[in-house]
Amino acid sequence: MADFLINTVGLPEWLAWTTTAVVAAVLILNVIAGGALVFIWAERKIAARIQDRLGPTRTGGRFGWLQSLADGIKLLTKEDLMPEGADGMLFRLAPYISFCASFCAFISLPFAFDFVGQRLNVGVFFVVAVLGLEVFGVILAGYASASKWSLFGAMREAAQVVSYEVPLGMCVVVPVMLAGSMDLVTIAEKQAGWVSSWYLFHDPFTFVIFWVYVTCAVASVNRAPFDLAEAESELVAGFHTEYSGLRWSFFFMAEYGSMFLVSALAALLFLGGWNGPIPVAHLLGLSEGTGDTAGYFVRLLGCGNLIVKASLGVLIMMWIRWSLPRLRIDQVMATCLKYCTPIAAAMFAGAMFWQLALPGGLVRGLSRPAGEVREGWLEGPGGLSVRPTKAVSTPAVPVTLVDDPGSQTEAKSIVQVAP
Amino acid sequence: MMPATLPMTLLMTLPVAAINWHTSLFLLFAVVACACAVAVVLADNVVRMAFYLVLSLGATAGLFFLAGAEFLGAMQLMIYVGGTLVLLVFGVMLTAQSPFVAIKTSTGDRVLAGMVGAALLAVLLQSAFRVEAWQLPAVGAVTAPTATPLGMALLGVRVDAPAAGAPATAVRSGYLLPFEIVSVHLLVVLVGAAYLARAKRRRTPRAIDVAASSSSASSASSSSSSSSSSSSSSSGGVAATAREASSSSALVPGGRR
Repeated sequence: MADFLINTVGLPEWLAWTTTAVVAAVLILNVIAGGALVFIWAERKIAARIQDRLGPTRTGGRFGWLQSLADGIKLLTKEDLMPEGADGMLFRLAPYISFCASFCAFISLPFAFDFVGQRLNVGVFFVVAVLGLEVFGVILAGYASASKWSLFGAMREAAQVVSYEVPLGMCVVVPVMLAGSMDLVTIAEKQAGWVSSWYLFHDPFTFVIFWVYVTCAVASVNRAPFDLAEAESELVAGFHTEYSGLRWSFFFMAEYGSMFLVSALAALLFLGGWNGPIPVAHLLGLSEGTGDTAGYFVRLLGCGNLIVKASLGVLIMMWIRWSLPRLRIDQVMATCLKYCTPIAAAMFAGAMFWQLALPGGLVRGLSRPAGEVREGWLEGPGGLSVRPTKAVSTPAVPVTLVDDPGSQTEAKSIVQVAP
Repeated sequence: MMPATLPMTLLMTLPVAAINWHTSLFLLFAVVACACAVAVVLADNVVRMAFYLVLSLGATAGLFFLAGAEFLGAMQLMIYVGGTLVLLVFGVMLTAQSPFVAIKTSTGDRVLAGMVGAALLAVLLQSAFRVEAWQLPAVGAVTAPTATPLGMALLGVRVDAPAAGAPATAVRSGYLLPFEIVSVHLLVVLVGAAYLARAKRRRTPRAIDVAASSSSASSASSSSSSSSSSSSSSSGGVAATAREASSSSALVPGGRR
């Protein structure tokens, strides 16, 4: 987009970059805020239906679809309270820290090929790392509130999140190993094709580890049955007991943003990313790698695919929340340490040996002589084999090979990217 | 798109100078990192110190991202900001005896710390200004900044370009052995931590032991209290949360008055 602004529109470079950044940031912000509006309404309706109620029915018409907006207006007009003994600065900052962490993780989350705020080659790692920062806002909120309920909630949250990062990381590593890359775009590209090429169905081990990932993801975003940090029956409201109004709603936006984020991550890692179960675009002969209108249309389709998958994940989380009772803290820890971590470790080893027995990209890459292995040793999507010795630029295979030692002039020209 | 002439003329009349984003972002991150580092020293509340440290380390991660070292930046976020500091704050909250503990540093300590810090700063500044020119990557090196060469080198395969002047056929070793040694070290530490934190078995005392311990009342009371506190827990995480009732009720009796 920046290139388009510079070359076609003719904006100066600094303004083009600014515009690009602002557009990406606003889009991400709208995904979080708009998603929160929709999901809060959906959660009310789903909870009501599961409990044999109707839920909101009047606000805005037949299905109460304006309920979240009414909630938002109510929250805006609420008085902003702070407890007398609270640590003012940290109390005020904590909601924004939570929200910022949730927002930052979206930066490197691709919604379709090329639809990504900033494509990082360590995208998975970045998302998981930034997602782990969200707990910091919760801890600070609990500490700064000067309330024992808040502090209990914060400490439970800290213990839980630090523990669950271990199996979560182990689950995330398996698709990384299968794809041979930590780039989320590459990982999703590898799963192009029919539904059978999704990593969920790659081998039995990935099928099992997907469910471990689901468990850990629910726990890491602090949702029921793992929502001990805000256990209403014991801790009033946990870490946000003392919060009201807009600050409180920031915590909620962060929570719904994180739910969407881990669901989108599950979709990208295990459920084919933006590739639908049936490769419609491929059958029609369209390709998303091209820059023309058809390619753009395919990418929009993929974006819709991913959003549908991620929203389904969020709905499943709601279903879980209203079906299962809350666990005790020792049960939460036992689930993590005694079940999730060993199962994830065993499945990781199993997937590794599966990959060894049926040689995929990684093994072929390792058996190559030193100096010839490079970024392009991966198999292209759809079973197309990319020969790493020459730079392939087929539109259907957007694997870029930039590091060819043979063409030093080309390498030189790529070095100079930083201004 | 829209005709380019009208917006362009408008833009030219704007009194805004062109912003070099790289430089300004660098300055922003650097200022935040340095200011928060100073704030860590000047603050007197432990949790606020930890918070400033988070900001400082996060800004450092931003510097890494700005330099294109994405793996290093994500690593910084994951290990320091996400892991270590959460544990630090967690530990502070568990061990604090009163709400919002303020740490007062004595003047002698301040002078001593200032001298040590000034000496370190002098060494760092000197070495920073001695760098003649910032080195560009070697020609033919892996140009796209990816973590792949690092990961492959840890597996014993070097895929980055050899140093300039080195013969192309020279055997270059990876880092498989150091990697394995570090891994085994970490495993030993993990096993040790699990051993230290595990629950102690409660034994029914024999009559002869009771008789022996009754002679020294102090040792008996200490051993019984430690066994009762850790007997209900089965792991480190549970031990920590089992203790939350005792410590946090002492920590927040109703806020600062």
